[in-house]
Amino acid sequence: MTLELSLNQQPAHSRQGSSIGQPLTRRDGFLKVTGAARYAADNHPAGMLYAVLAVSSIARGRVASLDIEAAKAYEGVVEVMTPQNRPALAVDPDAKHHPFMFRLDLLQNDKVRYANQTIAVVIAQTLEAATEGAALLSPRYEVQPARVGLDGAKSFVPAAVGVGNPAVQHKGDVAAGLDAAATRIEASYETPAQYHNAMEPHAIVAAWDGDRLSIDTPSQGLAMAQGRIAGLFGIAPDNIHIRSPFLGGGFGSKGMISGPQVLGVLAARLVGRPVKLVLRREQMYGPVGHRAPTRQTLRMGMDGEGKLTAIDHHARTASSTFDDFFEPAADASHSLYASPAIATSHEAVRLDTGTPLFMRAPGEATGSIALESAIDEAAEACGMDPLEFRLKNYAEVEPMTGKPFSSKALRECYAQAAKSFGWADRPVEPRLMRDAEGFLTGWGMGTATFPALMFQAEARAVLRSDGSGLMETGAQDMGQGAWTAFAQIAADGLGLDIDRVEFRAGSSDLPNAGIAGGSGHTATAGMAIHNAGAAVIARLADLATGDERSPLYGAGNAGVLARGGRLYRRDDENRSESYADILTRAGLKEVEGSGKSASDPASQEAYAMHAHGAVFAEVKVDPDFGQIRVTRLVGAFAAGRVINPRLVRSQYYGGMIWGVSFALHEEAITDRRSGRRHQINRLRVKQLEPDAHDQHSSRHQRPEPCARRRAARHAARRAA
Amino acid sequence: MRDFDYIRPASIPDAIAAAAEPGATYLAGGTNLLDLMKGGVTSPDRIVDISRLPDLNRIEWLVDGGLRIGALVRNADLAHDTSFAKAYPAVAEALLSGASAQLRNAATVGGNLLQRTRCSYFYDTAGPCNKREPGSGCTALGGENRLHAVLGWSNACIATHPSDFCVPLVALDAVVEIEGRNGRRHVTLEEFHRLPGETPQRENALEPGDLVVAVRLPQEAASFSANARYLKVRERTSYAFAVVSAAAGLAVEGGKIRTARLALGGVAAKPWRARSAEAVLLGADADEATFARAADTALADAKPSGDNAFKIELARRIVVRTLMAALAGTPERLPALPASPFSSIPGARHDA
Repeated sequence: MTLELSLNQQPAHSRQGSSIGQPLTRRDGFLKVTGAARYAADNHPAGMLYAVLAVSSIARGRVASLDIEAAKAYEGVVEVMTPQNRPALAVDPDAKHHPFMFRLDLLQNDKVRYANQTIAVVIAQTLEAATEGAALLSPRYEVQPARVGLDGAKSFVPAAVGVGNPAVQHKGDVAAGLDAAATRIEASYETPAQYHNAMEPHAIVAAWDGDRLSIDTPSQGLAMAQGRIAGLFGIAPDNIHIRSPFLGGGFGSKGMISGPQVLGVLAARLVGRPVKLVLRREQMYGPVGHRAPTRQTLRMGMDGEGKLTAIDHHARTASSTFDDFFEPAADASHSLYASPAIATSHEAVRLDTGTPLFMRAPGEATGSIALESAIDEAAEACGMDPLEFRLKNYAEVEPMTGKPFSSKALRECYAQAAKSFGWADRPVEPRLMRDAEGFLTGWGMGTATFPALMFQAEARAVLRSDGSGLMETGAQDMGQGAWTAFAQIAADGLGLDIDRVEFRAGSSDLPNAGIAGGSGHTATAGMAIHNAGAAVIARLADLATGDERSPLYGAGNAGVLARGGRLYRRDDENRSESYADILTRAGLKEVEGSGKSASDPASQEAYAMHAHGAVFAEVKVDPDFGQIRVTRLVGAFAAGRVINPRLVRSQYYGGMIWGVSFALHEEAITDRRSGRRHQINRLRVKQLEPDAHDQHSSRHQRPEPCARRRAARHAARRAA
Repeated sequence: MRDFDYIRPASIPDAIAAAAEPGATYLAGGTNLLDLMKGGVTSPDRIVDISRLPDLNRIEWLVDGGLRIGALVRNADLAHDTSFAKAYPAVAEALLSGASAQLRNAATVGGNLLQRTRCSYFYDTAGPCNKREPGSGCTALGGENRLHAVLGWSNACIATHPSDFCVPLVALDAVVEIEGRNGRRHVTLEEFHRLPGETPQRENALEPGDLVVAVRLPQEAASFSANARYLKVRERTSYAFAVVSAAAGLAVEGGKIRTARLALGGVAAKPWRARSAEAVLLGADADEATFARAADTALADAKPSGDNAFKIELARRIVVRTLMAALAGTPERLPALPASPFSSIPGARHDA
């Protein structure tokens, strides 16, 4: 039996009308559960060799020697790429012409600036031979002491944080606000370094043909990757074809092309054959970005009614020694709570680590855990319920800018989630709830927010004389269901049932769909798809309405509706004609249109645009061991127009699970002497240790994540 | 990966002869060895694959009331053997609290005894380790060591033995059946694993070529079936090694403890039989105060090997909780969260 598998193989979705809003299952689900989905590392072009990275075991210093002879003598090893023989590049990997151009480690010299940095690449006939060849290199180093931890170096104020945000911002007079407050709190929180480590590691299969380059690699931004590689190799972007139909998770780590991916291209160039390079799980800790650690201090003042008079949010974070990316943690205080005075500031240290990068989501994740915990402290200091306190300080306009929100339904989120959860029954005093078995029970809640971003994208639409349609855009699906959501938008844009639409994405030879990041991909590429659909329908309508043989003759563009593969006169739906008939009569095999999308600068200027949500949690704590179980989570979200409720629901679940993981599980452990990551093959999960637990839970009903040992909190509260 | 010879012997004597050569190692389930080889932690010259040897995968009830578990019995098969789980509920609970379902399907009884420590410095081949390279030094000392040993450690090594399975086994006087070049011999599990001393690379009583062929439980081991538990504090409730764990078995008459068995996991380089604490329990009132005294005694010699003083207090508490749970009686059904403290208190939700 042969299985014919394709993205368009679907159980028939028979519906009338719109595809948008339908809870369709993933169109690629069948491919994935059968293992037929071809991920980057599943490609094996003829003559392909295997490349394995040899990585540094020191965090700082230089490579003094490598036993290249031993590696090359191993049977099956074809070549060892080092700074001595690495093919030339057109651009220095350490050049930085714009903030999005991150410096890469591409064997430019013998310097080591973080553990797991590539120091050589071994290319062999088999993966096993390449792996052993890499081990045989037996590097010797000149070691310098590693700078580790948030106190590991002298701090400075970075020029910018996140994506070009000022490191220090304020509105109003925070000192005066704090002075005038009836109640004040000050609280510190630490968040550890964390690594994306998606299920699919960064992988690349690269093949050169003269100055043309063919690549299979996961990428959240095909055009950007194409441009970066083109720049490095001094070739035209059009000479590079990147295929990225599926990503086994990205989370920001596949947003920019990474050093190891480029090393795969270099290796292919060096040996003149296709090369596959896949990062080992432990090699993901270093060259592909991470979420930087933070230490945040918040000061808040409240008046006699519990209204905020000032918020001061300071964050210390870390970047690498050689590049700039600064986790904009304090910026979380810009958009959530109304206060006449808000100040946010950042300082940073430079450590011997890989450069931290975007990790779902820079600033929002680290910053909101601190802000929301401090808000709870403030509520308790005022003797108020945490939800009541949040409503008291509800922001009707964006606090930092004073702009109105384009939409905000946070109040409704709070109300709905609180009701489902049963929040009203919560006792105000801490440590009052135990379950029948004696476990401490804690209830807590927090606010979710994320800006509604939009970038730029293009799409191309085709209607064919057989009545089918095609939509093309170089969009990416990281696993969240973009293949399906975009096809739904395409179907509506083309006025076709989804089963009549061929949707193509995930390839750099398609129109540029921008980046799948910042939670803006559906809005951005989706709008381009919609516009491309409208453009091709307009062309088709021109053909029909300008042809006196058509029942639509004379209707004019504005007078036509597209639905189910037919155009209808808006004023008389009894008069209609199928796409196929229109094209056939015109003697055309197909008609084409294209669409673009971009954010509207006037709206950006006029409005603050955010999605909002509220999450309520019930947590059980074993009083003897501090072991935690999250027994209930309830979330309500206002996230704009939902293309596919099934997919969005799993995004909500995913976000809530990431929140739990952030709070309870994840911490990358670094040996403070060597700067090497430890426990690197597994998640390190925190629990409240008995001493820490007793000390903190006496004051807090919620076993907050910040009571973890390493995230020791020093909340000082004083009443004025 | 380095090349190695692969041998699949047809009989136990062939296996022993093949494995007696320097640089040889046995392969059974491979759940630990293959990871170690991929990470370059061990690089054997010769793999002797015993996974298809006949007769080592049987669970046999002996005429003397004891039990003999073949070394190749899979962890999952043993834990889900109804008669076994009924007679030795704490052992079944320990097995099901370890690793993941997939690993338990592959991992064997013999391999569980011989698994290596999860000390991250043992796995970090870039640094010294006295287990990997005798005499090179212990990097865990002074390093990230909050999960390391608090009992029986030395300055040469502070690693712990990671097994859950071995903890109730050592409490129940399990015996290891070993076949070697000089025939068959029996070593108690308590004596099987060694403390590090100056030679942490010597982890057990095996000599070159020695093959663990079975683990035996004596008749008395089944007498605790009504009051036996294994509880484990871990950093997440599945697929995690013990921070500390305890196995307890009690026989109580008229409120007095007639016999008690107690062992600790995650605290030392071997599953730690707490004989001094058992002596405290013997004949005493079966109540929390007695259990607290026993816990203090069990941990009397404990000392932190680094940033892990909290483990001593956690170990005391897990001893008390496990004894309380054992006293309350073995649950009729194995809890849905095996060995979790969240299923340890009488009436605790088993469906949590």
